[in-house]
Amino acid sequence: MSGRCGASLTGLAKRFGETPVLRGIDLCVDPGECVAIIGPSGTGKSTLLRCWNFLERAQAGRIQIGDLSVDSATATKAEVLAIRRRTAFVFQSYALFANKTARQNIAEGLTVVRGMPQAQADARAMSILRDIGMADRADAYPSNLSGGQQQRIGIARAMALDADLMLLDEPTSALDPEWVGEVLALMRRVAEAGQTMVVVTHEMQFAREIADRVVFMDGGVIVEEGPPERIFSDPTDPRTRAFLQRVL
Amino acid sequence: MIDLDYMAGLLPVILRFVPLTFGMAVGSMIGALILAAILAVIRVLRIPVANQAAGVFISFFRGTPLLVQLFLFYYGLPQAIPAFVAIDGVTAAMLGLTLHFAAYMAESLRGAILGVARDQWEAARAVGMTEGQTMRRIILPQAARVFAPTMVNYFVDILKSTSLAFTLGVTEMMGAAQKEAAGSFRYLESFLVVAIIYWIMVEVLSRVQAWLERRTERRATGGTRA
Repeated sequence: MSGRCGASLTGLAKRFGETPVLRGIDLCVDPGECVAIIGPSGTGKSTLLRCWNFLERAQAGRIQIGDLSVDSATATKAEVLAIRRRTAFVFQSYALFANKTARQNIAEGLTVVRGMPQAQADARAMSILRDIGMADRADAYPSNLSGGQQQRIGIARAMALDADLMLLDEPTSALDPEWVGEVLALMRRVAEAGQTMVVVTHEMQFAREIADRVVFMDGGVIVEEGPPERIFSDPTDPRTRAFLQRVL
Repeated sequence: MIDLDYMAGLLPVILRFVPLTFGMAVGSMIGALILAAILAVIRVLRIPVANQAAGVFISFFRGTPLLVQLFLFYYGLPQAIPAFVAIDGVTAAMLGLTLHFAAYMAESLRGAILGVARDQWEAARAVGMTEGQTMRRIILPQAARVFAPTMVNYFVDILKSTSLAFTLGVTEMMGAAQKEAAGSFRYLESFLVVAIIYWIMVEVLSRVQAWLERRTERRATGGTRA
């Protein structure tokens, strides 16, 4: 699989103790593609994303991003770091650095990880903040931002890294309904700008309208995948059908 | 019964030793803080071997009286290690205070570090920071904010414990008072003067601590959720 995919997982398997969570995942994401992963709770969707950048370590499987391919079971510290530096991650809980302002949250990875000069990183952070309409909140700490604003900064922090792959773990699930719209709008812009991304989401509207491909997971395996119009209008697997009937 | 004039006369004599007492406390505090930070990070990251060594160190210095430790350094060590023969009382006291309080501060600093939300570690790793960068840039600054008011407590403790240096023959506030009292037989007045000076110093520090706490609360960031 590797070589042609922008990013891929091959045979990814993950157990928590004795409980298998991922039972052999194969997934190939094209460069510039936006893949939405849907499925019931507790089915391993978030674990899949977290294994991709080694927030969790899978017991088996290959992880590929661009020309870098590592074995998740045996990856060294350096390989883990290399994978992480090709990815950006957006958390359900936002996870903004609590001791940093909005601008510093965005600039931090650029200066500390990429070695960009502070002034240049600040300028880049400000340009992203202007772009997402939050320049006036540049010096605010996360505790003084609304949930929607925090998540937009979380996405901005990921955008700044110009990563080969952006992973978004239920980015709107923790939000009050009033903030969901602005976050989805920003995600749409990121996708339309050609960012390769994998989004675990409960927002069927997003999966349907913005994703290039929808992946349905259940019980630690990919049950079915395809273009959104087909998955939503003509699912082949009974489990997909049952799930979509429940949520739509 | 209490000779106030004697006390008033003694006050400037004892006050001359405030800089020494304060200097010993500040020096020990800085040393203890640096050592505690190193120990706490070793413990949190569970660095092999160093973690076990840190555990024994902390256990020993928390498990034995400060006075015993000071005597060990000043009177005991020179018998084993000749280089220590030249050690003077002030140095031995500061060394003892540093190691003793580092052990205590390491444990509470470790608690502060573990109190930082898990997603802060994950977010730092996710942007590609190394463990060291994560610790320095994200975790320690947040732990320090929680730890700051407690730090004043430790400083107060160290400040008062410097009086033990007098048992190593150091003439600090307590030692000076002891000498004066031995000449005048006015033990009550002499030690009362020392007590009052300590009390005032600690009161001032408590005010600083209260101010720190208010400031921390105002800037408290709590979770990352709005």
